[in-house]
Amino acid sequence: MDRNFTINVDGRDHTIRVDPRMPLLYALRNELGKKGPKFGCGLAQCGACTVILDGVAIRSCVMPVAAVKGKVRTLDGLSKNGKTHPVQQAFIDEEAGQCEYCISGWIMTATAFLEKDPNRSDEEIRAALAGLKCRCGTHMSILRAIRRAADEMAS
Amino acid sequence: MNQPTIARRDLLKGAAALVVAVTVPPISLLTTARAKTIHVARTLNPAQLDTWLAIAADGTITGYWGKMDMGQGVDTAIAQIIAEELDVDVDNVNIIAADSALCADQGGASGSTGVSRSGAAFRAAAAEARLVLCEKASAEFAVPMDKLEVADGVVRVTGDASRSVSYAELVADRMFDSPIAWNGEYGNSLALTSRAKSKDPKDYTVVGTSVRRKDIAGKILATTEFLHDVRVPGMLHGRMVRPSVAGASVVSVDRTSISGISNVQVIVENDFVGVVATKEWDAIQAAKKLEVKWDESDVGFPTTSDELFDWIRAATPGKSEIDEDIGDVDAAIAGSAKTITAEFEWPFQSHARMAGAASVADVRNGEAIVWTDSQKPYDTGKGAKKLLETPIGNRRRGGAKYTVRSIWKPGPGSYGRSDAGDGAMDAVLLSEAVGAPVRVQWMRHEGHAWDPKGPASVITCRAGLDDAGEVIGYHFHVKGFSRADMNSRENDPSEVLAGHLVGHASTPAWRMQTPAESYRFDNKRYSWDALPPLRKQASPLRTAHFRDPYGPEVHFASESFIDELAYASGEDPLAFRLARVTDERDAAVLEAAAELARWEPHTGPRKRRDADGTMIGQGIAYAQRNGSVNAVVGEVEVNPETGRIWVRRMYVGADHGLIVNPFTLDRTIEGNLLQSTSRTLFEEVKFDRYMVTTDDWLSYPILDVADAPLEIKIKQINRPELEPRGAGEPTTRVVPAAIANAFFDATGIRLRRVPFTPERVLAALQAH
Repeated sequence: MDRNFTINVDGRDHTIRVDPRMPLLYALRNELGKKGPKFGCGLAQCGACTVILDGVAIRSCVMPVAAVKGKVRTLDGLSKNGKTHPVQQAFIDEEAGQCEYCISGWIMTATAFLEKDPNRSDEEIRAALAGLKCRCGTHMSILRAIRRAADEMAS
Repeated sequence: MNQPTIARRDLLKGAAALVVAVTVPPISLLTTARAKTIHVARTLNPAQLDTWLAIAADGTITGYWGKMDMGQGVDTAIAQIIAEELDVDVDNVNIIAADSALCADQGGASGSTGVSRSGAAFRAAAAEARLVLCEKASAEFAVPMDKLEVADGVVRVTGDASRSVSYAELVADRMFDSPIAWNGEYGNSLALTSRAKSKDPKDYTVVGTSVRRKDIAGKILATTEFLHDVRVPGMLHGRMVRPSVAGASVVSVDRTSISGISNVQVIVENDFVGVVATKEWDAIQAAKKLEVKWDESDVGFPTTSDELFDWIRAATPGKSEIDEDIGDVDAAIAGSAKTITAEFEWPFQSHARMAGAASVADVRNGEAIVWTDSQKPYDTGKGAKKLLETPIGNRRRGGAKYTVRSIWKPGPGSYGRSDAGDGAMDAVLLSEAVGAPVRVQWMRHEGHAWDPKGPASVITCRAGLDDAGEVIGYHFHVKGFSRADMNSRENDPSEVLAGHLVGHASTPAWRMQTPAESYRFDNKRYSWDALPPLRKQASPLRTAHFRDPYGPEVHFASESFIDELAYASGEDPLAFRLARVTDERDAAVLEAAAELARWEPHTGPRKRRDADGTMIGQGIAYAQRNGSVNAVVGEVEVNPETGRIWVRRMYVGADHGLIVNPFTLDRTIEGNLLQSTSRTLFEEVKFDRYMVTTDDWLSYPILDVADAPLEIKIKQINRPELEPRGAGEPTTRVVPAAIANAFFDATGIRLRRVPFTPERVLAALQAH
């Protein structure tokens, strides 16, 4: 049965009334109107729904709302106070991705990874991104963007 | 949301008398350019300039484009072409894409024609608009046309700085009210002709430069409205319930099985079963829990993926054709000193979009609005209309007429006739049934198992060589499933899954493909056998166009076999090709790719090894496609322990005619290369006698970031004397053979069955 939950997303508390088993993704999209996290598989296999929960990139399509404890960041809220987040800026500058449907997976995973420590080798970056899907085959531009963002954040 | 509330009736009547200002909310612009849309009413008529371009009071230009873009920068290229001909800043040009009420039908995305065909139309429209504007200025200043010059949207009298007028002042917010010559056709072949001469390419300042994609920032910053974000008042959520196995039909539906879920409706029409709920999560649960009894007495397929290629070899073709027949191949091969034969196998492949199909449809009172990410949104509208109007079975709707508007919105990348059109028709039927707007989202298993498939084939190549090693006869023969069980467009109920499920008979067509190249052989035959579908009606294995329809399949075989012929002739694979291509553009791309790769001539596999035993090889392949031509050198490493192939470097010689935007062209080529690498190394639809069994990313793996190359280098060859040619597909077809040929150079072994999985590679290595 539906219950009230208060979740903190992109710096704001939101109280929603939903089925506790419902994955966070549907709350973000339907209750909060977020556009960044996308439904891709509902199976935690592709990453299109990725958000950051207390610094950790998670797949919101399998995380029940009732299990969400902490602060959630979405692609929508990554840039704050009129300043574009360096990872997003790098993706724009490199024109990384193509259809961009999968892009939350790459940007949110890279952001969580680089915010911990931006001094990362190319091999470490590839390892951190393992499992994410991009059907358009734009991995080269995505890797260039993340390299660029890492260098920018480390400087 | 700052958009005005729009009466539904106003939304729909766009095509008749349109007020753009209220029908296009700002959020749909898909652009971060500072331009705003124009606010004029006009009727869509391709023979009127106003249909194509409008100029606002602030000087911004809007182009109404009857195609769509999915991140390859095609809309940006169109904006560049408009800016070039009109002499305005490209940032001041907006593109509105593929809304049947706002933009004339230019065919949607199709055959890599976005820039080549629709770009030519907009070049003519913009040149005409410039002429009309200059004529107005000429009249205003009472000076002849040749005394006028244009810069940055301002017309000036040459040599008189005091006399100038902006485009905006000349026409702002009013109609051009001026005709333009139209060839009377819609779709890809729609063409316009201006009275004015277009610019000489040597004077281009915008076309040919790397203007940044207009759509990128909105999508990265999550401000762009994707199809998936469309929400309309009163919208409900739909999910489909698919047949238990291929061909199963409904016996009964137990609605009590979902009685615990509130506000759910069950829609059953023949074998079309769906649920509609107020909340999306409830619709998902209901679709999962709904108990349907299926009749499985006439189901499944006559073969399985394990036995598929033998089945193809033995199957009786539905249609056979010879595409090209030069000399007497049979006599030449019969009289040759040496004969070479090889067979190549390609499996069914899934479009497997990042998300399965989605759509929002609002079907009420003889009116339908369909939001879709289909590549062919105009055909989505036409197909919806036919589906709604055509009586079938016990349908009540005979005689009803619908007014339909289809609105394109961006979605997950689609590379051919994917499931997009099928999903739209699901939404249409569900919305019609419940009398409210319905949003449909296919779940992952539907996107993999129920989407249209790229066709499977067996290709046989045989050739005869004379005593000197010269190839004197070459026969290429593809036997496989037609690439068009489903049409490339969802314009008819017979061409969509929902149509099949409610009872419309499938109408498969015979469409095949043979190689496109310029090799000179004295005796040469290209022929094909097309097979009927394994299951005709509502089949999860129904075939349809998948990026570069049959291109990767046939060129995998032909360019692998050309490599075999080169070695058999004792020649270097590059030199062999260069000696036989008859088009200088073909030679140029081959040489460009080889130069980037530092190609070293060799007449046999080199079997090079890294210090750790990794096997290293290089391979080349080339192909033409509709006026484009590409060559690629792939450099692979093969791990002899794991069987993993890694394509670590790729070098491309690319000629797509006139280059409009080098930056986005590079990225479009990269996407072709990696997607095709994925299909070559990993992708195979598997099925048993009943159903497709690869229904998620675990069972249908695609390329991972670990498999991305270290480096891709591309040499773009600009051909200003030519029209811009398509780039959306042509580099896809050269990849599989380049990888196979590189593998041969590394190992001395031919891989002739796609995908080249580690298991198959290990088996091949152990067999030698």
